[in-house]
Amino acid sequence: MPVSHPYLQELEAESIHVLREAAAAFRRPVLLYSIGKDSSVLLHLALKAFYPARPPFAVLHVDTGWKFRDMIAFRDRRMKELGFNVHVHMNRDGVAHGIGPVSHGAAVHTDIMKTEALKQALDLHGFDAAIGGARRDEEASRAKERVFSLRSATHRWDPRGQRPELWRLYNGRLNPGESIRVFPLSNWTELDIWTYIERENIAVVPLYFAARRPVVERDGALIMVDDGRLPLFPKEVPQQRWVRFRTLGCYPLTGAIESQADTLPAIIAELASSRTSERQGRMIDHGAGGSMERKKHEGYF
Amino acid sequence: MGIALASESAGEDMLRFITCGSVDDGKSTLIGRLLFDAKVVPDDHLTALTRDGRHYRAFGDMPDLALLVDGLQAEREQGITIDVGYRFFSTARRRFIVADTPGHEQYTRNMATGASTADLAVILVDATKGVLRQTYRHSAIIALMGIRQVVLAVNKMDLVDFQEGRFDEIVAAYAAMAERLGLTAVTAIPVSALLGDNVIRPSAAMPWYRGPTLLHHLEHVSARPREARPFRLAVQWINSDGAGFRGCAGTVLGGSVQPGDEIVVLPSGVRSHVDRIVTYEGDLARAVAGQAVTLTLAEAIDVARGDLIADANRPPHMTDQFASHLIWMHEAPMLPGRPYLMRLGTTTLTAAVSELKHQLDISTGLRKAAKQLAMNEIGFANLALDRTVPFDTYGENRETGSFVLIDRISNATVGAGMIRFPLRRAANLSWHNFTVDKAARSAIKGHRPAVLWFTGLSGSGKSTIADAVEKRLLALGRHTYTLDGDNVRHGLNRDLGFTDADRVENIRRVIETAHLIADAGLIVLVSFISPFRAERGLARERLEGDQFVEIFVDTPLAECERRDPKGLYRKAREGKLKNFTGIDSAYEPPEAPDIHIRTAEITVEREVDIVIDALRERGVFD
Repeated sequence: MPVSHPYLQELEAESIHVLREAAAAFRRPVLLYSIGKDSSVLLHLALKAFYPARPPFAVLHVDTGWKFRDMIAFRDRRMKELGFNVHVHMNRDGVAHGIGPVSHGAAVHTDIMKTEALKQALDLHGFDAAIGGARRDEEASRAKERVFSLRSATHRWDPRGQRPELWRLYNGRLNPGESIRVFPLSNWTELDIWTYIERENIAVVPLYFAARRPVVERDGALIMVDDGRLPLFPKEVPQQRWVRFRTLGCYPLTGAIESQADTLPAIIAELASSRTSERQGRMIDHGAGGSMERKKHEGYF
Repeated sequence: MGIALASESAGEDMLRFITCGSVDDGKSTLIGRLLFDAKVVPDDHLTALTRDGRHYRAFGDMPDLALLVDGLQAEREQGITIDVGYRFFSTARRRFIVADTPGHEQYTRNMATGASTADLAVILVDATKGVLRQTYRHSAIIALMGIRQVVLAVNKMDLVDFQEGRFDEIVAAYAAMAERLGLTAVTAIPVSALLGDNVIRPSAAMPWYRGPTLLHHLEHVSARPREARPFRLAVQWINSDGAGFRGCAGTVLGGSVQPGDEIVVLPSGVRSHVDRIVTYEGDLARAVAGQAVTLTLAEAIDVARGDLIADANRPPHMTDQFASHLIWMHEAPMLPGRPYLMRLGTTTLTAAVSELKHQLDISTGLRKAAKQLAMNEIGFANLALDRTVPFDTYGENRETGSFVLIDRISNATVGAGMIRFPLRRAANLSWHNFTVDKAARSAIKGHRPAVLWFTGLSGSGKSTIADAVEKRLLALGRHTYTLDGDNVRHGLNRDLGFTDADRVENIRRVIETAHLIADAGLIVLVSFISPFRAERGLARERLEGDQFVEIFVDTPLAECERRDPKGLYRKAREGKLKNFTGIDSAYEPPEAPDIHIRTAEITVEREVDIVIDALRERGVFD
């Protein structure tokens, strides 16, 4: 038995409670798997919540076509190891129009290949609940979001019309077309996630660990040259630097941080002394203030 | 982040607290200060803050700490907090979850929401203003929500020259109020959130204060009384792995449990013993409140989601009525007698307020008579449930003594309640003070009445569809009854033959019977050939108020004859059966049926979907 960290145990129990409620409350719940560390923790908790039976959820990955190669390889390996049959959805219209972060910019790419694609996938399979790994400490508008968060038939979030959520009593009742986003990790912080990953020995994508990788510097962010998908500007020469990622998204939109932390204890120690936020490397957050809130209105996870 | 690295030391734990104060008391600034001084605010957030601060509010050279907490754009623009926000930080001793909730009156519901999971409340008072009506209101909500530990943070001490006399005055005024409310564990701390005095570092400006700083107190206070409460577990999920394992998954909501303990499953009342406490890490020798586990029982008994597993020797209350405080949370007012869905533990049932005893004026503590509760009003009421359920009082157990009410049509969460005491059947006045009519009868069934009139040729598949629809309705928890040739012709109408006159009388009686059953609040499925437009028109006229739905089961005659399930067409063709519809008696197809089902084109499953969707659309149920 892992010792100590009673608060992690409390967070774990709370998340398991939420996962079980989601399983019971909905006709067709789906677990949104984004391949990142939070998703890894979420899957691990789902295995625990329903042990010895299997989690009664479908698993969905919304692929933008711009994920790091390591992420896709990790996804395929983990899903096989854990015996999940993952639905991978890509916005075919977006692909047909050649939408990408480099050609169309972060905003358009995110809107079409993530937000729109997610809505398509939910509608396609008739999922009435989508369970995701978002946390309230990630961003200011997330801090206000419910654990069971209602979406309209057009997948919109109405922050001012949220259902009050008291005690452990989650209201998952839906009118036709409505759905719920379930956030079992609402009360976890980034540090909790890493401490838990270490305690539970949970596998994560190697990109989280520091290594020498080829990067270019753009607008103050370190962008990894993952493969030929990233067109280089004239005179732009990739440099080998010790970097790692605190958060993983579409690779031209996700900046690396310079780091030597190549083990879990080193990552935890680095976080403990860090002075920047987790999503600092995420380009989509840096529009005008309230950028994430706007995207969430529109259905972004 | 910052000093957030958790140590491995024992005794480390979690504290959930709520901050209450009015818009100007500096509540968000205080939380911002805690986060800022605990160094959990990342630099890029501070940069964004300065940018936002310039956008929205002038605040001198310092970052506006309140902006760290006020997350939503609307809030930043208005400079107020409109919803519950949750913040996290930790120190070497503890991990904290802070619920920041709005102070002004119209957001009482959000404060109750934040308080529902809090162990402790920090109540802010502006030293320049002293104890106000809203201070009373906040404290009353805290007391109502069962929070025992209170910190009275007297803020803006810098604006009263850090005077000890002013602090003492406020503390004395508050003490009288707290006593009236039954808040016994109050710790008063003079602070300046803006400057940071006594928030994390002791104040040099207030040498007269010898108590702990706010953070020190939050780190050391014991806020979760661990008295030995009786074991409770609300079953969330029946875990069966398909290989013979069967367990009851749920969170321990009170007390503790060990293999061998005698338990009772409620509401059935069947007793059993705990066999194993199963977790992913292996079986446990003991599980305590807060742990999410899966119990297996020694005896094979029936357990389902919604059941409460309890200590057999210290069972909870079991009644179908109780008295409760209610906080109303929706624009549509609470009306006594109106049925709501009640979420209690993991079960969902129907409940109505049978008597609103009084409304509580939360600003004064005075009780007044009321006919209904508007949003953010608090009442004390008797509730009548549609069945007997297990529960504790809120004072005994916050988890098993609380509920929320949900509107049956909009599905919005409209109210929250804290159970104060059970009511015995002898005290049952519940459903008597409103008229028992069709609306009342149908309301407790959770749907409106309807008459589904299936018409079509013999062998068209009417009974097959009606049967499948009834099965689906039953699965959805709807109350139904089917009238068809078999159960009507053999009894009520056995004196009637198949002449046109008898057919009309047959239908007239069926219509009247359907009307009676609909009046009882049920969904009636009528499956009759009913060949004549005139008599179906009569049915529509008579049953209009009962939600008459004409469903034309449209199968071509040739197909019906080919199927000929009862061999009737053959007999009719052979002349052995007279006046047979479609052969020697006319079938007049409906001109504008409410639902037209062409059976040749779709599956029965799809036909059922069409009917169910149409009923939803008509608002028979949601």
